[in-house]
Amino acid sequence: MAEEKYLVEVKDLKQYFPIKTGFFRTTPLKAVDGVSFNIKPGETLGLVGESGCGKTTVGRTLLRLYKPTAGEFYFDGQLVDDNNITALRKEMQMVFQDPYSSLDPRMTVEDIIGEPLDVHKLYENKAERREKILSLMELVGLNAEHATRYAHEFSGGQRQRIGIARALAVNPSFIVCDEPVSALDVSIQAQVINMFEELQDKLGVAYLFIAHDLLVVQHISHRIAVMYLGHIVEIADADELMSNPIHPYTESLLSAVPIPDPVRARESQRIVLEGDVPSPLNMPSGCPFRTRCRYATERCASENPVLTDRGDGHEVACFEK
Amino acid sequence: MAATKEAAVPKKNKFSLQLDLSKFQKASDEEKKQADVMSESTTFFRDGMRKLMKNPLAVGSIVVLALLLIMMIVVPMIVPYTYSGMIKVNGVRDPGAKNLQPFEYSQMEQQYIDEGGKVFPHIMGTDELSRDYFIRVVYGTRVSFAVGILASLLVLLIGVIYGSIAGYFGGKVDMIMMRIVDIIYSLPDLLIIILLAVVFKETLDFSAYPLLQKLGANMISMFLVFGLLYWVGMARLVRGQILTIKQNEYVLAARATGAKSGRIIRKHILPNCISVIIIATAMQIPSAIFTESYLSFIGLGVALPMPSLGSLASAARSGMQSYPLKLVFPAVIIVLIVLAFNLLGDGLRDAFDPKLRK
Repeated sequence: MAEEKYLVEVKDLKQYFPIKTGFFRTTPLKAVDGVSFNIKPGETLGLVGESGCGKTTVGRTLLRLYKPTAGEFYFDGQLVDDNNITALRKEMQMVFQDPYSSLDPRMTVEDIIGEPLDVHKLYENKAERREKILSLMELVGLNAEHATRYAHEFSGGQRQRIGIARALAVNPSFIVCDEPVSALDVSIQAQVINMFEELQDKLGVAYLFIAHDLLVVQHISHRIAVMYLGHIVEIADADELMSNPIHPYTESLLSAVPIPDPVRARESQRIVLEGDVPSPLNMPSGCPFRTRCRYATERCASENPVLTDRGDGHEVACFEK
Repeated sequence: MAATKEAAVPKKNKFSLQLDLSKFQKASDEEKKQADVMSESTTFFRDGMRKLMKNPLAVGSIVVLALLLIMMIVVPMIVPYTYSGMIKVNGVRDPGAKNLQPFEYSQMEQQYIDEGGKVFPHIMGTDELSRDYFIRVVYGTRVSFAVGILASLLVLLIGVIYGSIAGYFGGKVDMIMMRIVDIIYSLPDLLIIILLAVVFKETLDFSAYPLLQKLGANMISMFLVFGLLYWVGMARLVRGQILTIKQNEYVLAARATGAKSGRIIRKHILPNCISVIIIATAMQIPSAIFTESYLSFIGLGVALPMPSLGSLASAARSGMQSYPLKLVFPAVIIVLIVLAFNLLGDGLRDAFDPKLRK
């Protein structure tokens, strides 16, 4: 298995934002602090965590919408930097969270989907452009007659389909999905998620699927990474993680997942965390989770645990468990 | 009908909120299809125009401006007098035709008419140099319009380019560019206008460009003055708009597809603030016309004998007691133009500014 080639390799990615804390002083906000993970071609890595833990920042930093503070990102074995990112944007794309603000209200659907084609000049003439756009629309389940309409004329689910078609336009091999379904209602979520899966089967794209809904992530992902305060605390195969969580944060996260069966729900024990998430401006020493952890010891305060393999690729960053 | 239905469902509590399914009917395929049909596709522009056309004040302004425009084009073709020359009767200069009231004829003209000749009536009378006043007012309107529109276009051009660069790149670039704007903003307008107008009048030399020369050094200097001074307001407005639009995810999405800054500004940011820019330009026109009028009024406007509405009003001031109409005509036209542009600007804002919608 070690010989297997990864499409996406992220090594110790760090993204700090300078925040003005005084007239002349800036403090780094450590949005992402040393994150490493790999994604194989055609695989989906789910990335979960609570609000503000840096999930979106990871996704955006991968696409170099932010310039990373430190760390390396290899795409298909190639180190991504400022020089080759324009070319690599044909291989990497992004689907955004809010289908309402991620589509330009002054553009027709045709122009929105055609924009990546225009930018990378992927067509010979107008007819070819139109043909490509129509086939993309068909791929995501939109009617060809909608091509000349404006984004505001569509419902949330349809808009997200437009956003997905835009991401697919350049025929990428890796798509960052930044909470693509959290703005949609549940029935539409299911449609869109099934579409993501179908597209993966058809086109073999790899996803980094960012979400905060564990059930959604379990459904679509092959592997899941759990983030807390800019760190990945646990990463494992989707079913393994759901059935056998090791890190105390993952445990409490899973205990908060609503169970559709009321009888079983009554029996289940919810692990309620105490306190609030510490400010990323003022991170606790050692393990970021220790301030809220039931098992925290002296050692957790002095050292930051690293991800260690607990067998079968189940990696956990914790001393005590 | 309802009674029989209720009888069919016997033990139903009257206060129950349970729906009586027998009262419902499945939708036919045709009905389902109808629900699927989306509303008529309208573009933003068409929607805005429809709203604009519903606004009586805006439509009135458009009509007034259109009439003035037609007047400016057609009248010089019909009226046989020139704005600079003395009235001639049968090819002979008529020094007696000065300070006539509207539709009044001079002695020479009366004589000529009596002899069977034809004289075009002086719709607004004549001035103290025996020139037809109507044609002078029309030319004055032309000058005022030209100054207003060209100056606004210049302001638009400089302001939009400057503002969008400052707003889009932000940070230090924005900081330095906006401080320059602040400095220009803090200079007293009128003083600078007067100084620049005087300096340009002396220094500009257009002898190499016949077209510009025809326009007159004063007109050119006026455009430059407006362009150099009033773009700051437009630049600030555009910058503010861009700062907010830049935050939208579609700009991020465009960057993620690999679009360059120029493309993002042209394709995403400017189209989304174009309505605000158009409105600001429409509001800029009357202010430019106004400034031109008072510059002409204090003698810094267009060069004689070319009339402008302001200089006409200024000239009429001396004879206000005896010939009040000479002040009234240009003043009325100024008021009409300024009011029409202002109301049109208001109407445009109501129709196109998304923040005022609903």
